[in-house]
Amino acid sequence: MLDWLQQIGDRVLSIVAGLGRSAQLLFAALMGLGYVLKNFRLLVKQVYVTGVLSIAIIGVSGLFIGMVLGLQGYSILVDFGAEDALGQMVALTLLRELSPVVAALLFAGRAGSALTAEIGLMKATEQLASMEMIGVDPVKRVIAPRLYAGIIALPLLCILFSLIGVWGGMLVGVEWLGVFDGSYWGNMQASVSFTHDVMNGVIKSIAFAFVVTWIAVFQGYDLEPTSEGISRATTKTVVHGSLAVLGLDFVLTALMFGDF
Amino acid sequence: MTDADNLVEIKSMTFFREKRAIFSDLSLRIPKGKITAIMGPSGTGKTTLLRLIGGQLKPDQGDVAVDGLSVPRLSRKQLFELRQRMGMLFQSGALFSELNVFENVAFPLRVHTKLPEDMIRDLVLIKLESVGLRGARDLMPSELSGGMGRRVALARAIALDPELMMYDEPFVGQDPITLGVLVKLIRQLNDALNMTTVLVSHDIDECLSIADHVCVLSGGKVLVQGTPEQILQSDEAEVKQFIQGLPDGPVPFRYPANDFAEDILFAGKDGVAG
Amino acid sequence: MTTRWIEITVGSFVIAGALALLLLAFKVSGLDLNSNEKDSYTVYAHFNNIGGLKPRAKVTMAGVTIGRVSSVEIDPQWYDAKVTMRIDNSMQGKLSADTTAMILTSGLLGENYIGLVVGAEEDMLSDGGEIRDTQPALVLEDLIGKFLSSMGKE
Repeated sequence: MLDWLQQIGDRVLSIVAGLGRSAQLLFAALMGLGYVLKNFRLLVKQVYVTGVLSIAIIGVSGLFIGMVLGLQGYSILVDFGAEDALGQMVALTLLRELSPVVAALLFAGRAGSALTAEIGLMKATEQLASMEMIGVDPVKRVIAPRLYAGIIALPLLCILFSLIGVWGGMLVGVEWLGVFDGSYWGNMQASVSFTHDVMNGVIKSIAFAFVVTWIAVFQGYDLEPTSEGISRATTKTVVHGSLAVLGLDFVLTALMFGDF
Repeated sequence: MTDADNLVEIKSMTFFREKRAIFSDLSLRIPKGKITAIMGPSGTGKTTLLRLIGGQLKPDQGDVAVDGLSVPRLSRKQLFELRQRMGMLFQSGALFSELNVFENVAFPLRVHTKLPEDMIRDLVLIKLESVGLRGARDLMPSELSGGMGRRVALARAIALDPELMMYDEPFVGQDPITLGVLVKLIRQLNDALNMTTVLVSHDIDECLSIADHVCVLSGGKVLVQGTPEQILQSDEAEVKQFIQGLPDGPVPFRYPANDFAEDILFAGKDGVAG
Repeated sequence: MTTRWIEITVGSFVIAGALALLLLAFKVSGLDLNSNEKDSYTVYAHFNNIGGLKPRAKVTMAGVTIGRVSSVEIDPQWYDAKVTMRIDNSMQGKLSADTTAMILTSGLLGENYIGLVVGAEEDMLSDGGEIRDTQPALVLEDLIGKFLSSMGKE
């Protein structure tokens, strides 16, 4: 019985210690802004790796989700004779919730796990240690560019997701199901607010980008330098990152849209 | 030997990892200009020792001094300058996977000096030539064989003409030809560039063939120090077992277990009848 | 891939993102940079009950949107709702002083908005003018009450 309590205590302590280490890493990486700006090329390369290479999955997902929203939305609204509202339904759903959340989840799976694996491999092959021996701070050179790149890339991906999704909804609603395109766009424009809907969605995605990228680089930096360690860390990035996004989404939604 | 002859001095150093003392009250000296081999069974913390010398780890007690400077007490800037004078070859080579061979060797030059591009180019080519890989300059690390990668990492480690060169298990897993090349290079570079070399390894033949001074570590302490001949003639049981590669001795062959006869013949806790 | 290629694609990525944001702003959310204070004038109206009328609701005449509700507040003097509307300058001097304002519902389940009907007077409303003739929103409970009492009469 006492054993079991001690085990739980140990676990809790090690989780807290982990959070502490991750905060230390975050702080050190954020301090590396000066180095990143001086070595701007590193940042550009990382925006390429996390952002540009994710465009394919974001674009295709956005398209399909937009189309499904169009289809499902139509089937529900048509019973109320309200199919003209399809445009605003698709746009609001995407802008406020689906784009930031789904883009962040996909990002955690694709770019996040890639970041963790790459950093982990650099740790396991002693590249980070040898960088330190040569006199370069690996946190500034390796971690910081990747952190800032994620924070830049995901919001951009989220915006693209929204746009492609709305277009996909139009493809299904207007071209296929016959919703009048004037109503699709007109109702949408009348009810979607730039500050309240578009910008809130972008703010959400910035928050998600921060959290997902932070988790991804920390897991890579902190892992056991063995192949098993790397695989466990990449799993953690995806799982913890996804849960964090969903939890943060609830908090942000309540803050932004919860004034009843 | 007087103090001035030692480039590295470790005085009464104690280092803990978790709750285990890796080193306790360890004292050892690395003489200048010579090749010192640090040997011992696996797990005695030989790599940790190199990290302590390089300032990546701090001792819990005692001191690590390089050229009179106490490494744990240096400021970041001073440590940065000291690292310019040290080169380290890691066990895995540790080439930066995103840079090609040329850029890898140029890396320390770009970090520590403000030399113009054409001078950097010349220096890189000279270093690559000394390890015989000048023609491989445009290859990526993934395209190199293990031995070639090791040699490029060596070229990178000597890029700034360090005074102290540290090798972490350079001979592990290498084929005979690469072994021969590495042994030759370590000796030549030490003499040609007037360096002090610290060689951490458990390869007896290779180490003893080029070392001037040998330290055998075990259990966090120095067992013996001396010339290769002195080590070979040592009477210490642990040293003998290590040097001669005897399967049983102070490091036991058998993992602790209960009586063999009992185990076979009688029922154990698992209730299997004998 | 070469550094050049990387830089070009990253640059395009950032530009695409910025363009997408602009598209979202104007095509999806109907952000209208023209609807600033200079192009409209203020008209007030008091209602007994505004129902579900919210700020940013549209103000129409004959079904055409000519302005927006900018704010809704309680009038402490008359204890009714004071609605502030911004009407497009194109309607300047076209609303008669006896214009009526009604609160209408868009569709069956839709939002409330204001519909204006011009009267016969020659004097026109100017900036800061007030509409006196107003019809309150239809409140469901009142309707049910009327219905029940009319049923009761039979």
